[in-house]
Amino acid sequence: MKIRAQIAMVMNLDKCIGCHTCSVTCKQVWTSRQGMEYAWFNNVETKPGIGYPKDWENQERWNGGWKRKKNGKIVPKQGGRLALLSKIFANPNLPEIDDYYEPFTFDYEHLQKAPELETAPVARPLSLVTGRPMEKIEWGPNWEEILGGEFDKRSKDYNFEAVQKDIYGQFENTFMMYLPRLCEHCLNPACVASCPSGSIYKREEDGIVLIDQDKCRGWRMCVSGCPYKKIYYNWTSGKAEKCIFCYPRIEAGQPTVCSETCVGRIRYLGVLLYDADSIEKAASVEDEQDLYEAQLKLFLDPNDPAVVEQARADGIADNWIEAARRSPTYKMAVDWKIAFPLHPEYRTLPMVWYVPPLSPIQSHANAGAIETVGEIPDVRSLRIPVRYLANLLTAGAEAPIVLALERMLAMRIYYRQRQLGEGDGEAALAQAGLSKAQVEEMHRYLSIANYEDRFVIPTSHREEAEDAYGLKGSCGFTFGNGCDFGPPHSTLFGGKMGRRKLNPMRPLDT
Amino acid sequence: MLTNSYVNTLLFGVYPYICLVVLLIGSLIRFDREPYTWKSDSSQMLRKRELRLGSNFFHYGVIIVILGHFAGFLAPNWAVDWALSPVAHQLLAMVVGGIAGLVAIIGLTILIHRRLADPRIRLNSRKWDIAITFMLWLQLLLGLLTVPLSAYHMDGGLFETLCSYVKGVVTLNAGSAALMVDVPLTYKLHILLGFTLFLVSPFTRMIHIWSGAGALAYLFRPYQVVRTPKTRAKEPIRS
Repeated sequence: MKIRAQIAMVMNLDKCIGCHTCSVTCKQVWTSRQGMEYAWFNNVETKPGIGYPKDWENQERWNGGWKRKKNGKIVPKQGGRLALLSKIFANPNLPEIDDYYEPFTFDYEHLQKAPELETAPVARPLSLVTGRPMEKIEWGPNWEEILGGEFDKRSKDYNFEAVQKDIYGQFENTFMMYLPRLCEHCLNPACVASCPSGSIYKREEDGIVLIDQDKCRGWRMCVSGCPYKKIYYNWTSGKAEKCIFCYPRIEAGQPTVCSETCVGRIRYLGVLLYDADSIEKAASVEDEQDLYEAQLKLFLDPNDPAVVEQARADGIADNWIEAARRSPTYKMAVDWKIAFPLHPEYRTLPMVWYVPPLSPIQSHANAGAIETVGEIPDVRSLRIPVRYLANLLTAGAEAPIVLALERMLAMRIYYRQRQLGEGDGEAALAQAGLSKAQVEEMHRYLSIANYEDRFVIPTSHREEAEDAYGLKGSCGFTFGNGCDFGPPHSTLFGGKMGRRKLNPMRPLDT
Repeated sequence: MLTNSYVNTLLFGVYPYICLVVLLIGSLIRFDREPYTWKSDSSQMLRKRELRLGSNFFHYGVIIVILGHFAGFLAPNWAVDWALSPVAHQLLAMVVGGIAGLVAIIGLTILIHRRLADPRIRLNSRKWDIAITFMLWLQLLLGLLTVPLSAYHMDGGLFETLCSYVKGVVTLNAGSAALMVDVPLTYKLHILLGFTLFLVSPFTRMIHIWSGAGALAYLFRPYQVVRTPKTRAKEPIRS
């Protein structure tokens, strides 16, 4: 056994209001640069919908993630080593920028400078790729916002597998949820495995997956290898970029920008200890529906003395072990079993987990339209089909989702009954298999969600590896050789692609 | 003018070494000092259309052509002579090189069309991106023109002369430039443009050829890569 630690994230979809604050703050910090306009390290999708980039979940189309061969070994779905190299000149699985959307701005200047006209001046869209006017904006980063567009198109959603989807197109049966997405910082990342130059790596001490920008050669295999499509090709710099899990903040014990700014308090960050020697075995289990359980088994109990001893032997610092004991992500994933990985069937063992949404169920149940089973409303006959959530979070296995939803309902029943004097709520707890102590802790973490409960992030120990004095006064983040400020310095060696200028065409000006 | 012995020595005796030195030292400096600029500069993301056919045709064709040049010109005589007569050797080079070169130039023509005709690609191209594609196209054309030309010299003699010249350059034989005096112009231009491509490589996207070879290491590495804080600390801080 080789124990490593990772800062894992859990998102409580039950509380996500789809405000996109996470996406916007992330974009402002990390991707407000030329070449990355179309890229959102964090985005929020309205489900059901085909998402961003279009249809990303459909690996029959994109060939991301891993596939299990007959002999039980796993290889990247886009091909083994030789097959992958043979596709290096033109990657058949690479999305085009239009599969995300053509980035655009508007000709705002025209609003100020237009001469007197019979009609009000219009700010026409300008492409950020060519700098030229666009006839019409056909797609954007969040085109399906709040069920925008026709159901016919949205219903191509991969998670409708084995769901009688036609009835959900009817207005009175419709359902909706939000899905915030970022890099999963997987235990078995397919992007790392796909990189011909070996430039992508997982950090041993906190599990963050990063691209070495000096080593990336722009072969683009990671973009197609990642089933979540969370690696983006910067078409200006010619390098791949991805969510860096705000590692400079994490190292300092601060939450990521998306977590820090989440107004719904839906995000949790905490340490998970895992057995690095068993990753391949867990990712290779035969039945896709067993992948969730297999990954759960990788997580080790930080209160087990044998685990603690081994963790220390493997070089994990005491403040990390202590943080693992107080980890909100461990409680949600392992103790309460209410959090699940996104699409475990891709076999990458993702480390951003989700609590399935409950709210639509509860409001419907209150209306008295739904049967209850014992104390708890029957989660199987509710507005968001359990099967839909299972396709999203457990490769279609419904039982774990049902248990999670029942536990969350039981928590509400327990608190409602006690507050309204309708009873002690213990029957519901017993039915959901929760103890009183557990449900009170769940309430503290899920409902009150204090900052210090949501984010338990131990500071890293850079001092052991780096000479902090040498780093003093250095640039921090730079792209290339030299600090990034002012106009780009001249270089013998090529520089950037895409020096195009915005070039509005104003036929009305004359 | 190219037959003047002074110019001949300059072009075929001195210029090749200037080009090779710039190629090697320039690549090394760029690799060491400006690794962020070292990349393949793919534009596939902006437009898939035409790229799949064009890029595969060009790259696979040109790889066979380059490997053919290496094997044909640099293989020591004893390694070739037992299997092939000079005439057979020349015939093999003409057939394999001709077909691969044809495939490559078809691919490159498609790529040039894509680069110039598609506004997304055209507007985001550097001057050198366009210049280098035309240089390569011309070089492929010159190379292909040598095939019918060689058909007039089927005795293998000219072919032997060129082999000796290339080997002479590689083995630092100062007198080898003299071999080029009577070689037809097409060959001379092909060789000069070839060395010029070496010369400009470190300053253009051609640099990714090194990495293409380096990517073969992928065949032998484990799928997963993990870096520890200690290994990361050994990386240079670039600021």
